[in-house]
Amino acid sequence: MSDDALSSRARIDSLVEPPIVEPGYTFASVTDKISAIVLREGSPRGWWLGLAISFSLVLLLLYAVGYLLIAGVGIWGINVPVAWGFAITNFVWWIGIGHAGTLISAILLLLHQQWRTSINRFAEAMTLFAVACAGLFPLLHMGRPWFFYWLFPYPNTMKIWPQFRSPLVWDVFAVSTYFTVSLLFWYVGMLPDLATLRDRSMSRLGRVAYGALAMGWRGSAFHWRRYEVAYLILAGLATPLVVSVHTVVSFDFAVANLPGWHSTIFPPYFVAGAIYSGFAMVLVLAIPLRAFYGLEDFITERHLENMAKIMLATGLMVGYGYFIEAFMAWYGDNQYDLFTTINRAIGPYAPAYWALLACNVVIPQVLWVKRARSSAMLLFVVAIIVLVGMWLERFVIIVSSLHRDYLPSSWGMYSGTFWDWATLVGSIGLFFCMLFLFVRFLPMISISEMRTLLPGSLAKPSGE
Amino acid sequence: MDEPSDIYGLIAEFETPADLLAATHEARAAGYQRMDAYSPFPIEGLAEALGFHRTRLPLVILVGGILGCLGGFAMQYWCAAVDYPVNVGGRPLDSWPMFIPITFELTILCASLAAVVGLLALNRLPMPYHPLFHVGRFALATRDRFFLCIESTDPKFERQTVWQFLNSLKPKVIEEVPI
Repeated sequence: MSDDALSSRARIDSLVEPPIVEPGYTFASVTDKISAIVLREGSPRGWWLGLAISFSLVLLLLYAVGYLLIAGVGIWGINVPVAWGFAITNFVWWIGIGHAGTLISAILLLLHQQWRTSINRFAEAMTLFAVACAGLFPLLHMGRPWFFYWLFPYPNTMKIWPQFRSPLVWDVFAVSTYFTVSLLFWYVGMLPDLATLRDRSMSRLGRVAYGALAMGWRGSAFHWRRYEVAYLILAGLATPLVVSVHTVVSFDFAVANLPGWHSTIFPPYFVAGAIYSGFAMVLVLAIPLRAFYGLEDFITERHLENMAKIMLATGLMVGYGYFIEAFMAWYGDNQYDLFTTINRAIGPYAPAYWALLACNVVIPQVLWVKRARSSAMLLFVVAIIVLVGMWLERFVIIVSSLHRDYLPSSWGMYSGTFWDWATLVGSIGLFFCMLFLFVRFLPMISISEMRTLLPGSLAKPSGE
Repeated sequence: MDEPSDIYGLIAEFETPADLLAATHEARAAGYQRMDAYSPFPIEGLAEALGFHRTRLPLVILVGGILGCLGGFAMQYWCAAVDYPVNVGGRPLDSWPMFIPITFELTILCASLAAVVGLLALNRLPMPYHPLFHVGRFALATRDRFFLCIESTDPKFERQTVWQFLNSLKPKVIEEVPI
């Protein structure tokens, strides 16, 4: 393409869509603006307030978990037949939220979506913290969490091995691999920025701490070359991984022989739902962050609009999943499946079912309107509604399928106790607490990648 | 020059990536071999201009992935069919399709670990000390400046001529890098 064609293309682009970075920034000003959030003395009052609120919720979590360890899982509302209550609902919800981070950092990188650059770092952090919260719940649900290492295949005096044919063991491997790979990807991506913080920090503690984390990165051309290769291949590895993780989570249900769970639509529909709720969480985080820290020039309206479009698309896939579930129950002509589906719509948990349809399918249709997509306030509200809806979806899948067993004599009801709610709310506190610490101590936007978006970053004229 | 030098090299500072790339090409054309360029973000073609051909990193990652794949499958097969065979409803012990998810996860895990360990090892990191960190202005290499360093181990290195050569490239600053 010639220079002329390129520049006229750029002109047309700038007319159609707002830019990824507002004009007027240089390498130095981008660096200074993002690193100042970490390096300057003191924090905005809102940060302290947010940290205080989320830390009190962490204390609530510690209280709930402490009592759980003493008294056992009987303090939760779970029973037989509903043995998987809030714990598994929360697990699936949190791990789904994590998926958007990997999608933004890996899949959009491979697809050359440059707008991902300013949101990928904190989206990856969100993944890590969400997966950490998710991992908490199956461990607590085991009843004796201190024996969690029995899940791993290690030579032991009991002379037994895990049952590798069980999806629950697949889950252990999928989730721990996901956490490890996300951590590696996040850390490798941050190495050059840690070196920037080391070189710009005024305090000795900062220089030593960031220096140790940066491992002596100095921006050598040889290092950059290998770094780019490693980063691209890691993205290529993370892409099938992220699809596999929620697929394996859905196998926990789909492999079981239970009406309402035993369905081949589960893997794709779980993955779409994961990305749906994940983008909702990215919006919930990005909208206040850009306002508080004045990052509107880096996280522009275009980012918000693109994320809204992804939410709309994945939301439609999820809606299709609900439709096919109901359709197959009728078309498959299995009386148990049909009963489960009708029971969801008019049984004791019907309000949760209709609420999830409203939250996940009906309300997000407002995103078809461009004015809605470009209103930060409205997007924030829709994103919270979607997060609630996705939690309800998992609750309905688990509880409404379990509470009516094949034999009416073993039917039961389930509701969360104070301890169930305390653990859920506490895990949200833990998530936000880790995020508040992250934005204070690490650069929330990738500085080195932002520099490559600036006009002066090309060494050669791009027409060559 | 044969006697061991008392400096690490000479470093020149440039203001744009294009200047650094052009300077690197000229230094290469002038016959210098032991040099390195430093920039706050990756610059296309810069490593090649320094004589970098290809990296073994993809091979390291491939080997990591293959080891994870074979090791993961072998572990499950051995546990489930050899060391602890449990007959569940007469189903076969070597039910390989059920071993695929964990085999897949371990492939990705080992390949990713190989990628990160390989990246650090090939880049000789962690390296907390480096002579370049003595140069005060080098801190700008992680902000907005671009550096070319001709090292004293270069067979053609001679302080005066290298200084004059670097000066001819019109850099912003030239500095000596002490050892």
